[in-house]
Amino acid sequence: MSATIKDSSTRSQTSRADIFANIRRGLKSDSSDTQRQQTVANRLSAKADNLIPARSQLPPAEQVELFKTMATEAAAELIELESLAEVPQACADWLTQHHVDQLNCASDTELSTLDWQPLDEQQIGRNERVAQVGDIASLTCSFTGIAETGTLMLHSSAQSPTTLNFLPDNHLVVLHRSAIVGCYEEAWKKLRQTFGETLPRTVNMITGPSRSADIEQTLQMGAHGPKTLIILFIKD
Amino acid sequence: MQINTPFFKQRAHDALADENLQKALAKLKTGFPEKRAIAVDRMPEFEELRNQGRDLKNHIMEHLDLYLEQFERKVIENGGHVHWARTADDANQIILDICQQVDAKTVTKGKSMVTEEIGLNDYLEANGVQPVETDLGEYILQLRHDHPSHIIAPAIHLNLEDVSEAFHANHHRPKSNDPAVLMQEAREMLREKFVAADVGITGANFCVAETGSTIIVTNEGNGDLTQTLPKTHIVVTSIEKVVPTLEDMTLFLRLLARSATGQEFSVYNTLSTGPRREGDQDGPENFHVVLVDNGRSEMIGTEFQDMLRCIRCSACMNHCPVYGAVGGHSYGWVYPGPMGSVLTPQMIGIEKGGMLPNASTFCGKCESVCPVKIPLPKLMRHWREDEFEKHLQPKAARYGLASWAFFAKRPTLYKPYTRMASWLMKSWAGKDGRIKKLPLASGWTDWRDMPAPQGKTFMQAWKEQQKTKTGEQR
Ligand code: SF4
Repeated sequence: MSATIKDSSTRSQTSRADIFANIRRGLKSDSSDTQRQQTVANRLSAKADNLIPARSQLPPAEQVELFKTMATEAAAELIELESLAEVPQACADWLTQHHVDQLNCASDTELSTLDWQPLDEQQIGRNERVAQVGDIASLTCSFTGIAETGTLMLHSSAQSPTTLNFLPDNHLVVLHRSAIVGCYEEAWKKLRQTFGETLPRTVNMITGPSRSADIEQTLQMGAHGPKTLIILFIKD
Repeated sequence: MQINTPFFKQRAHDALADENLQKALAKLKTGFPEKRAIAVDRMPEFEELRNQGRDLKNHIMEHLDLYLEQFERKVIENGGHVHWARTADDANQIILDICQQVDAKTVTKGKSMVTEEIGLNDYLEANGVQPVETDLGEYILQLRHDHPSHIIAPAIHLNLEDVSEAFHANHHRPKSNDPAVLMQEAREMLREKFVAADVGITGANFCVAETGSTIIVTNEGNGDLTQTLPKTHIVVTSIEKVVPTLEDMTLFLRLLARSATGQEFSVYNTLSTGPRREGDQDGPENFHVVLVDNGRSEMIGTEFQDMLRCIRCSACMNHCPVYGAVGGHSYGWVYPGPMGSVLTPQMIGIEKGGMLPNASTFCGKCESVCPVKIPLPKLMRHWREDEFEKHLQPKAARYGLASWAFFAKRPTLYKPYTRMASWLMKSWAGKDGRIKKLPLASGWTDWRDMPAPQGKTFMQAWKEQQKTKTGEQR
């Protein structure tokens, strides 16, 4: 087996050399072309915005309204709450209504320090773990909401396993009003401010629940990801 | 995948006579194009986004080597691996080696046209690794031993009945004709496969040089399960997908969903940056990116460099009258429609793919909807010229063009002969002015009547119009 591995890494190296030679021949340039290098370095460090649609550059209050409209249009459910403390009751209500007796939560402090009494009262179990096949509902936080298209941005962390965002049938997500930004560009800036040079392993932009139109071009909700996406929108 | 491109003419002929296919294709005309038009209307800046998209892609191609180097550096910095594949063969062997290193039995796959291009599934299967397609459309096709006929809606050539039969035969459940039930069935069938897979393979819509991230843009969520659950994630993508920064990627994301499905944004836009981090409870332990060339680097510096701007949105085929009439399989290889007519000859050779650039009415619709303004008709014409020069065209076309050129270069002969031809065609037409049968053009007249030329030849009309114009000026 080691022979083939060596073979394949040789292939990769030879390929790499050929590919770069082709590109540089086509561009009539070589790697010592300092002008091109400078252009590239500048673009990478400037991280300049391209055109940002007027739609996503609204005053904050209108931005929040736009987020709600767009998220709802994308078939997300929106539940508005006065404060974070209301999250357990809201979860209990939703889960009871949909006959779900188990909630798999991310372990962010924001969630784990809440008073989860309302779930106990309804005999709904709660745990903090990665998602498994058969899980019905999960609860996670979100990093930001992007008004332009009603998009949630989540990211992986030790507290927030990514499987919670995709495997369960229903995904409940906490979003603070103050976390809403107008456009994707603002979200990138916020990510860089929080994480510096290295992004989290995965960044998930989620706009509504899973869907497919692969059968006869007829849109069906709930393909492989969550069938419902519930945004617990905290007004503070 | 077997190459059937040289038989385009016969396949197109058969496609036109295939009632089921025609039924499936009829939906296309009211589906994607209408949704795109609405989405574009809602975005007043769309035209300017297209201009910026075109210019940014041009900038990237002029600096492709440098952005690729930066991307590679960042992936490695984040703990991932980068592999380079000059040919389809190289790519397959590299991917198989990664699978064998982790003793993979099964591999789940997100939707990826590059893996179709390199024929990965057959290669893996022949070497004892079972690939499982997880995109609903691709899954249906795998059950039917079929191939995609569209780059984003792979099973668009099938009707509900076909899906229902395929599921019934494979899932051993009661037959259903309800799309919702069928989708639920696929969801249940694939759940265990996602978890059992040793390796997950996805494509990438873009590779971000700034951060060393790859991104997939999907609606189903299968790509996310594919890349999150197995221990090893392999991204198979191609070299022209690199973009400088997250902001630059954003420009293309704004164009992509609207041009493709007419959505404001696809449901899942997911960035992957290296393997799982310390403390993470899930996510792949190994992260590989295989950058496939397969003829692309040779397009740099040629008239076909513009084609490397393509972001695989499918708008050109959704709006193409030829694609709409004959479907994707007629094109005989992986990439159909206008973008396929330009790419296929590059990838499989003009000798085999030369038929495709002729499969166009040159109506220009494709270019007018392309989010990165690729001059598709012009590129198809380049291939036609290339093919003509290499004497690869069929005799009828060669003699036709050559004799036209003979007359066109001799104005004194051209005018009387075109007038005569116009008169002759009128004499073939019935009372309704339509020609039912045209010698040497039965491929056209078998399916539609040819309108007989009305009135004057172009040269006559031109001359008269010039006269009036000069008259007006005075
Ligand atoms: S050629 Fe243009 S329209 Fe066609 S798939 Fe590529 S980007 Fe889309």
